[in-house]
Order: sequence, then structure tokens, then C-alpha cells
Amino acid sequence: MKDFVLLFRNAGEPMNTLSPQQMQNLMTDWQNWMGGIAAQGKLSNMGYRLSTEGNTLKANSVTTDGPFAEIKEILTGVTIIKAETLEEANELAKGCPILNIGGSVEVRGVIVMNMDYNK
Amino acid sequence: MKDFVLIFRGVNDDPSNHLSPQQRQEFMTDWQNWMGGIAAQDKLANRGHRLGDEISILKGNVVTDGPYAEIKEMLSGLIVVKADNLAEAKEMAKGCPILRVNGSVEVRSVVVMN
Amino acid sequence: MQKEKELIPQLYRAEFRKLVSVLSRSFGLEHIELAEDIVSEAFLTAAETWGIKGVPSNPVAWLYTVAKNSAKDYLKRSNLFEGKITTHLQQDHNPAYETEIDLSTKNIRDSQLQMMFAICHPAIPPEAQIGLSLRILCGFSIDEIADAFLTNKENINKRLFRARQKLKEARVAIEVPPVSEIDKRIETVLTTVYLLFNEGYYSQSHNTILRKDLCLEAMRLNYLLLENQLTDKPAVNALMALMCFHSSRFDSRMDEHGEVVLYDDQDSSLWNQELIAKGNYYLNNAAKGDTVSTYHFEAGIAYWHTTRSPEKWAHILQLYNRLLQLRYSPIAALNRTYALYKVYGKVTAITEAEKLNLTKNHLYHCLLGNLYTDEDNQKALEHFRTAISLTKSSVDKKAIRKQMEKISLS
Repeated sequence: MKDFVLLFRNAGEPMNTLSPQQMQNLMTDWQNWMGGIAAQGKLSNMGYRLSTEGNTLKANSVTTDGPFAEIKEILTGVTIIKAETLEEANELAKGCPILNIGGSVEVRGVIVMNMDYNK
Repeated sequence: MKDFVLIFRGVNDDPSNHLSPQQRQEFMTDWQNWMGGIAAQDKLANRGHRLGDEISILKGNVVTDGPYAEIKEMLSGLIVVKADNLAEAKEMAKGCPILRVNGSVEVRSVVVMN
Repeated sequence: MQKEKELIPQLYRAEFRKLVSVLSRSFGLEHIELAEDIVSEAFLTAAETWGIKGVPSNPVAWLYTVAKNSAKDYLKRSNLFEGKITTHLQQDHNPAYETEIDLSTKNIRDSQLQMMFAICHPAIPPEAQIGLSLRILCGFSIDEIADAFLTNKENINKRLFRARQKLKEARVAIEVPPVSEIDKRIETVLTTVYLLFNEGYYSQSHNTILRKDLCLEAMRLNYLLLENQLTDKPAVNALMALMCFHSSRFDSRMDEHGEVVLYDDQDSSLWNQELIAKGNYYLNNAAKGDTVSTYHFEAGIAYWHTTRSPEKWAHILQLYNRLLQLRYSPIAALNRTYALYKVYGKVTAITEAEKLNLTKNHLYHCLLGNLYTDEDNQKALEHFRTAISLTKSSVDKKAIRKQMEKISLS
């Protein structure tokens, strides 16, 4: 089993577009989805929800306020799961509720640090 | 102290990103020195992951293998550091070697789950 | 008479732990003192009898026979036997097995391995693990343990009593853990083995022979793990390499007056090359497989310290970088900063050092004292003075004053 990082993106805060009830449902759906992955023993790290507070640093000491916004979708969270293949990871990702509100999930395999520690 | 996520992006088609083996070696050394420096201050919350080439994007009910056409700067990795505030986290991020090869570092504070 | 005087302590060290491990399996951990008492009795009997009748032709077999017979007598006489027989009749249907005490080489080795896992159990506090390991796994006498910890017999006996209580309370089983748990359980065992080794290596006790014995015993315990396929893991090999590299410098670490000789002043011709070669062997073994542990990085660093080549510092810096990312410790942070100085110079190192925020740690001030020497001597002396005020060790204070003198003289 290998680690796969899931990166969640959404255009704008769900809070702005969803009603309190819809928000509540989203949270429940999210917990159900994560719980399902955890129940299969495939949750490597619950990860983080990202707030909108941030800075973006670029080359030549350029710093802008706020999240990286080259595209209209910003990163809203990160989770790490375990799967044998990218396909299997995709299957697990398909259940993510963010896909129902216009968001996206990027699934990435990780690079394992080499064992070359004796050099 | 709070957690801050640092997200690294490299520019894929930028020539300056194509480093010689020697330069790549130096870059790796610089990277380890930078991470080691944060770890030595006991401010590394999670040494995170380097992200590889295996990638899928899910949107709606469509799964696309390979990078998003819109995204020209690929996510290459992320770590989590501890700092008192965003300004401090930003200071730590300034030392990241990816900034010297035309990459970027996004610093985000986390929402604490209750 | 002289021969017998040396023989019994030697036999005690070698055989006490083997016999106690085997007997503990028959009696159960809740009666561990019984096993210890029976074995101690056998040695007392040996001391009395051999003085009069002479040393037997096979002393080990003699001891084993006496201990075994005492144990069997005890089992038959006490209701211990009843309890065990009933449970095992229900389980094994083989009552004959219970009265048989198997002192074959294989069972002795297996029993010791099982005992290691029983004693080095997460439910047992670390101090208790050390005490029990020294007494039962290594066969040190109470006097010797007191000497190593610079305390008295009463304290050690109290400690061991409390430790045995913990063992009983935790209801630990004497067995090698199942494969699914082994990696996690080995972590606890290795932590204790390493603590034991460090007791010997860094102890302030002046009993050099005892301290060397502690290091050797730790390595012997580790070797038990290597000998068994189930426990021959990369981390175990890495720890073995680490201990070999450290041990290789044992003879050069103290001068004729019993004073510590710092690394830079050590006579490298006194470094044991055979141990270094062994260390390299285990380090290579450790690299096979796909896991790294903190011991891997520490062993890598220790490897580089077996050389005096200037290129070593760049490697050591990278190893500390990786070690710290795996697990933070103030010592690693300070040592990393020293390596940084060796590679990038004092100015860089000072900048990084001042981010460490270890101001209550005397070693932090020692480091800054060193770094500021010849850069800003006033700051250097300030840091050295703070270091002296923060440490209670007269050995350390002496070493720091030596550093300060060097500045005044320049």
C-alpha cells in the first residue's frame, strides 16, 4: 500500500453559496466519507482544512496576501489515504462531497524518500 | 503555536527549472538544510510529502489522468510547520530553495477542527 | 580457593539470567522473585559446597541440576503446581510437560528472548524496564547495579520491588509478540537496550570495567534479537552498528586519571578497528529493507565519526537534517548546528543557533560560547558563564572553564 495525497479545491467559500442546512449536510457527508475510508484502514492522515488566511511567496521576493490564486479555485484542504494504485485512490476519492458542490479533487502519488542516508 | 501548511509549486515548462545533475544535487542539499533548520527549532509539525508524477483530477463525475490544463504550476509537495502567527510562518517560508528556481510557496493557516 | 572465588561471579553473570528466564516460564511472571530466589540459592549452595568439596568437573551442569531440582520440588510441593496442572490439563492435556524444565540451548535462548519482550513492555515504566533488564536479562548483582547508578543497595532493591509489582500488575505474558505487533514492540525493546548502553557509555561511575560490561550486555541483548529471524529487523541492525561504532572508542575516552577525553583529543590509534568493521557490516545490513529508524541516522553519524576526514561534516549535517525531521531532540538540534558550523562557518551557525530557543540548556550556551570564540569573545564568555550556572556537574564546569581560559590567553 502506498500513500496518496488528496488536495481539495473549490471556487470561493462554500459558506457563501450554501444554506446552513446544506452546509450541515455537507459536513455530515464529509465525515461519512472520511469515516468510510478510515473503516477500511486506508486513512493515512486526516490532514488539514485550510483557512483563507495566507500568503503566497514567489521568486524575487514577491509576496502576495491570500492563497495561491493563479486559477479561480483555491486549495481548501489536504488528506492522505492509502491505496495500492492510483486507480484505487481515485475510487476512494470519488466519494468526496466537494465534487457535488462544484469543487475538485487532485489525487497525487507520493515520492518516497530514498534510503541513501549513509552518504 | 499554530499549524501552517506550506504548499510548494514548481514551474513545469520554465527552462530555469531544468537543473544540471550538479545543480540538482545542490538544490537537494539546500532543501534538506532548510527543512533541517525548521526541524532543529522543533517547528516541523509534519514533514509532509513530495508529490510524484502520478496524478488524477476529479471534477463533477469526470476523472482526468494527468494535470489540469488550467494549472501550469504543478503542486510538488507540502509540509506543515508550527509558528505563532502567519508572519512567522512566512519568514520560515522565505528560506525555501524552491523560490530560487522560480517556484512558489503558498502559506496557509489551518482551520482547527472542533 | 582462588579459582572458585573468580569462577562463581563469572558463572553468575553468564548463567543467572538464563536460569531465571527458563524458570519464570514455568512459574509465571507473577512469581518472578521465586525464580530469582531459587537460582540465587543454587549459587549460594555452590559457594558453600565447592569450597569444601572442590569445583565440580562441569560447574554449569551442576548449577543447572541444583536449580532444576529445587524448582521441581517447589512446583510439586506448592499449590502453584495444582493451579498450573488444572489449567494446563484443560488446555494442553499434557501434564508431564509442566514438571519438565527444559534447559536446552534452544529453550534458554528462546526464553531469554521472550523475557526481553516481557520486561521491555510498553505497560512497564522505562526505569522499571532498566532495573529488571539489568537484574534479570543481564544478571548484574544488586551491588553492581547500585554502583552503575551511583546509589545504594536499598534504593535498588526498592526500585526492583516496585518494578516487579508493575510487571505483575500489567499481567504481561512471557512470549514473543505476534508478527502484526512485532515492529511496534521491538521499538520498546530497542529503546531500553539503547538506554542500557548509554548507562555504560556515559555513566559517571569510575568503575570502568562495570561500565564496559554494561555496554557489552546491551550489545549481547541486541544480538539475541539479530539471531532470531522474527526480530532481525533493519532498526535492530542499525542500533547494533551504532553501538559498535561508539564502543570502538571506549578505550580512548578516558585518560589514566579517569578524566573524560573529548573526541578531538582522542588518540585514534586506540580506536578498535574490529568493532568499526563490525559496525560497517551491521550498517550495511540495516540498509536492506525499506524502513529507516532514528538509529539508522545515528549510526550513519557515528560511522562518520570513526573517520577524521574533513568531508565528514557535510555528510553528518545531512544525517542530522534527516534525523531531526524524523524526531526532534535538543541534543540533535545542537549537534546539527555544530555540523553546520563545520560546513558553512561560524556566522551561519550562529544565526541558526540563535533560532533554537534552548536558553535553559547548558549545552546550548556551551555551543554558542564555542561559536562566538574569536568572533565576539565577550559574548562567548557570557555564554560560557551562563552554561556554568546551568549545570550541576563539576566535570562539565571544569571543561567549560578550560574553554574560557583559552579565550583569556589569546
